[in-house]
Amino acid sequence: MKDLIKRLTETFGPSGSEGPIREVIRKEVEPYVDEIRVDALGNFICFKKGSGGGKKVILDAHMDEIGAIVTHIDENGFLRFANIGGVSPVISLGQRVYFENGTFGVIGCEKLDDIKDLKLEKLYIDIGAASREEASKKVKVGDMAAFFQPAIDLGNRMVAKAMDDRIGCVVVIEVLKRLKQTAHDIYAVFASQEEVGLRGARVAAYGINPDVGIAFDVTGTGDTPKSHTMDVSLGKGAAIKVKDSSLICHPGLRDYLVKLAEENGIPYQMEVLERGGTDSGAIQLTRAGIPAGVISIPSRYIHSPCEMVDLGDVEACVKLCVAACESPLDF
Amino acid sequence: MDVREFLKTASLAHGVSGFEFMDIASVARDAMEGLVDEVQVDVLGNVIGVKYGQGPQPRPKIMLAGHMDEIGLIVTKIEEGGFLKFAPVGGVDQRVLPAHEVIVYGKRPLTGVIGVKPPHLTSPEEARKAHKMEDLFIDTGLPEEEVRNLVRVGDVVTFKRQVSELMGDRFSGKALDDRAGVAVILVCLDELRKYKVDADVYAVATTQEEIGLRGALVSSYGIEPDIGIAIDVCHGETPGVPEWRTASVGKGPALAQGGNIHPKVFAALEKAAKEIGVKVQNEIAPAATGTDAWAIQVTRAGVATGLVSIPLRYMHTSVETLAISDVEDAGRLLARFIASVDAGFVKELKTWI
Amino acid sequence: MDLRTLTSLSGVSGNEYEVRSAIIKELESMGISYECDVLGNVIARKGNQGPKVLVDAHMDEVGLIITYIEKDGFLRFRPVGGIDPRVLVSKRVLVGKEKIPGVIGAKAIHLQERDERTRVIPTDRLFIDIGAESREQAEKKVQPGDYVVFDTEYEELSPGIVKAKALDDRVGCALLLEILKQDWQNIQLYAVFAVQEEVGLRGARVAAFAVEPDMGIALEGTVCADIPGTDKEFQATRLGKGAALSIMDRGSIPDRAMLNQLVKIAEDEGIPYQFREATSGGNDAGVIQQAKAGCPVASVSVPCRYIHTPCSVMSMSDFEAARKLIIKFLESVEGGFRP
Repeated sequence: MKDLIKRLTETFGPSGSEGPIREVIRKEVEPYVDEIRVDALGNFICFKKGSGGGKKVILDAHMDEIGAIVTHIDENGFLRFANIGGVSPVISLGQRVYFENGTFGVIGCEKLDDIKDLKLEKLYIDIGAASREEASKKVKVGDMAAFFQPAIDLGNRMVAKAMDDRIGCVVVIEVLKRLKQTAHDIYAVFASQEEVGLRGARVAAYGINPDVGIAFDVTGTGDTPKSHTMDVSLGKGAAIKVKDSSLICHPGLRDYLVKLAEENGIPYQMEVLERGGTDSGAIQLTRAGIPAGVISIPSRYIHSPCEMVDLGDVEACVKLCVAACESPLDF
Repeated sequence: MDVREFLKTASLAHGVSGFEFMDIASVARDAMEGLVDEVQVDVLGNVIGVKYGQGPQPRPKIMLAGHMDEIGLIVTKIEEGGFLKFAPVGGVDQRVLPAHEVIVYGKRPLTGVIGVKPPHLTSPEEARKAHKMEDLFIDTGLPEEEVRNLVRVGDVVTFKRQVSELMGDRFSGKALDDRAGVAVILVCLDELRKYKVDADVYAVATTQEEIGLRGALVSSYGIEPDIGIAIDVCHGETPGVPEWRTASVGKGPALAQGGNIHPKVFAALEKAAKEIGVKVQNEIAPAATGTDAWAIQVTRAGVATGLVSIPLRYMHTSVETLAISDVEDAGRLLARFIASVDAGFVKELKTWI
Repeated sequence: MDLRTLTSLSGVSGNEYEVRSAIIKELESMGISYECDVLGNVIARKGNQGPKVLVDAHMDEVGLIITYIEKDGFLRFRPVGGIDPRVLVSKRVLVGKEKIPGVIGAKAIHLQERDERTRVIPTDRLFIDIGAESREQAEKKVQPGDYVVFDTEYEELSPGIVKAKALDDRVGCALLLEILKQDWQNIQLYAVFAVQEEVGLRGARVAAFAVEPDMGIALEGTVCADIPGTDKEFQATRLGKGAALSIMDRGSIPDRAMLNQLVKIAEDEGIPYQFREATSGGNDAGVIQQAKAGCPVASVSVPCRYIHTPCSVMSMSDFEAARKLIIKFLESVEGGFRP
């Protein structure tokens, strides 16, 4: 699994440019699913037929990551950029980025009189070009960049960029691999454009029209020095979401997941996330409403290039999802 | 239909957005039984009472939406000592919280208070600033172990507040935003017995309005109405707020106008009010009304919407105050409006010249 | 219908009657079939085979709405759509269906305290003076709920450079009418003249649900800040430099295949184009993309300086570039291009 996490997190895929990550996921899941398609927004939808008598279930993890989009190339070849999703200027400072075509760059900053003036507008990407002409050979306005950071293995924990939400993709891929027998028709949705407003999941859910939707995404923790108050910790198991800004999880499904975790001895914790949303928020509000829940992977330093997860938690999420898929889901 | 009695029950019932099924949904359901032909509950917990009309098929479909959820709190962490940290559900003004009594819905309901530091230990600088929500906590008085036994992260909390029957027909309590809207719908359903009605009426006590109009969004998708009327509250006159930003409590419901409202629905509501001698007030909404009407309007290929508002003082506190007569008038005018809707009216809604 | 006529019409979001009527009249004279929906969108149709292409321009403009009439006859109002309150003071307006002339006054500079002059006057302190001496007199002409438009004359400032109100998005409406002049055979064109864009992309959302297109294009008058004091990297677009193509905004990320096709056509045909070098703002493409199971979208815009104010400025050469580009693009879809 470590190898899969490394491969997925190190692949390029800011919102709207999910081509490369989609291909990596395709290779992983192809042997385990019955049908594969890509929809108009670039969602990668894998269908695994159930043995019958079950429900239509979406397992969603978004494959896009935050990044930068080039908005201007100046005469000296510096690139101005805007954020794709929630990018903090503080965290961007001094980072390396790369483009889909392999071009590398570093983020520089204008001279600031006061660090409080630090805003994304003060930053630029330097790709080492000496002029607009030279830069334009490699990059054009509208091209997207991702942060560049190799994944690191800390033993039972791993750190990488784009753990949000490639770790969710890892969970869903692992579930597809391990799932031997299920009554349910499973639609694994590797969603696009979550970071810019849950856009992929919204249209995918409309198209699929499922009976149940479960999203797998990262959530914050409250276990770091003087952190925000939150009762989720790294290493204490799968987080079963109650609420975030985008949804209140279906209470029946939520309690059903809790019961499954307890029956199967899977470590879990309850999660209330005060800020942030996830794909289930869009799935729930599809058509006349769809029961939706979230199994979250606790993660520190979300939306930085150093997002940290605990492999025990990941394993717990996989087990809980497998248990859910093998259960009747009759909440 | 006794508005006062219903509001007493409904105000005391609990139903934080997303958790309506725990109490208020059954209150709404029970109240609708007998007034409608059937009651349904959808995936998001919306309670939908259907009263079939007598017009020729296809009959016009009218959706009435009053939201039954209330703002509240949700437990985010159990601290050492058994103190509960919390986050808001919906737009809670943290300035009303200090020293408020609350009920925590754990394995059993627990009374708690939102504690504050005594003034004696508060510095003058500190006292000038409003408390921050993240610094506040709930004290249930129970030992930590028992708290951990009874309460779980994600449990919801409501304000503990008895209703007050003030002078005249003024009535005060929590969650009148928008249980008053549900009361209007009940009055309307009751009143409809007096009329011959063509249209099918879908009376919806909606969920999750306070956190993004979510119940109305999906229930209107499911119902697919021709006309959707939201019944919600608007700001009643309050000292210190200019007259032109509020409506008067006790001077009749307000009818909204603006992009969120279909002009012909507004005109028909105004006409219905005139016909039965109900006084109405103006509510001008430049864009978003912040009510279920905003979600209903853009459902599917579009729905003609109206908005009837009950003037209400001190919105989002636990002492929201309204006039019973406004609720009754709103229900009567809605019934009159519904009785006037036929297939021809629905067809006209797409004619813009 | 020319821009002079289109921009002279009143059409504050939710009150698009005048614009809609004029467009319907034009469609009827062109012999084009259309429908109105319950929100007031006008959806015109051409072509019976091939992919469904939704091309959108919004009819509405930002403006004001009367909320209250004071005892002494002054009118209180609130903005409809995004208006910077600093542009309102000392402007002429037209109020209500009868277009009663009014002015937005302000306390004379002589009567202001020194530090008042540096503070923004918020909209809730502004008022419209129609010359009424009392509430009763005002009520004969105006009611709360009446809409207000800026009273701005369409003028050519210099050859090819025009000034008007509501260029956002009558310029899109003008482009859409141009597209409808052509005979489309191998696309099913749905030309959507949308309502209520400025208050949250409301019209396009329901129109796209009804149409369920295979691809969508928004035609817009967009931000342009090639003005003194704004560095090149923050100008978004430049007047006279061609049709503006969106790279991303708050509502959508244009489909890369469509964007590349637009660029390719512009380069092959020598049509001036520029990228919209900003990601702020949003347009109807955002909701078209999200309709039902989703569809690819792109936006083609005409740069307009000072949008959302009483007087915006644009270049007819950019309009011409946008016209050519969008028509060539649609021809390429007829020729088989698919996102």
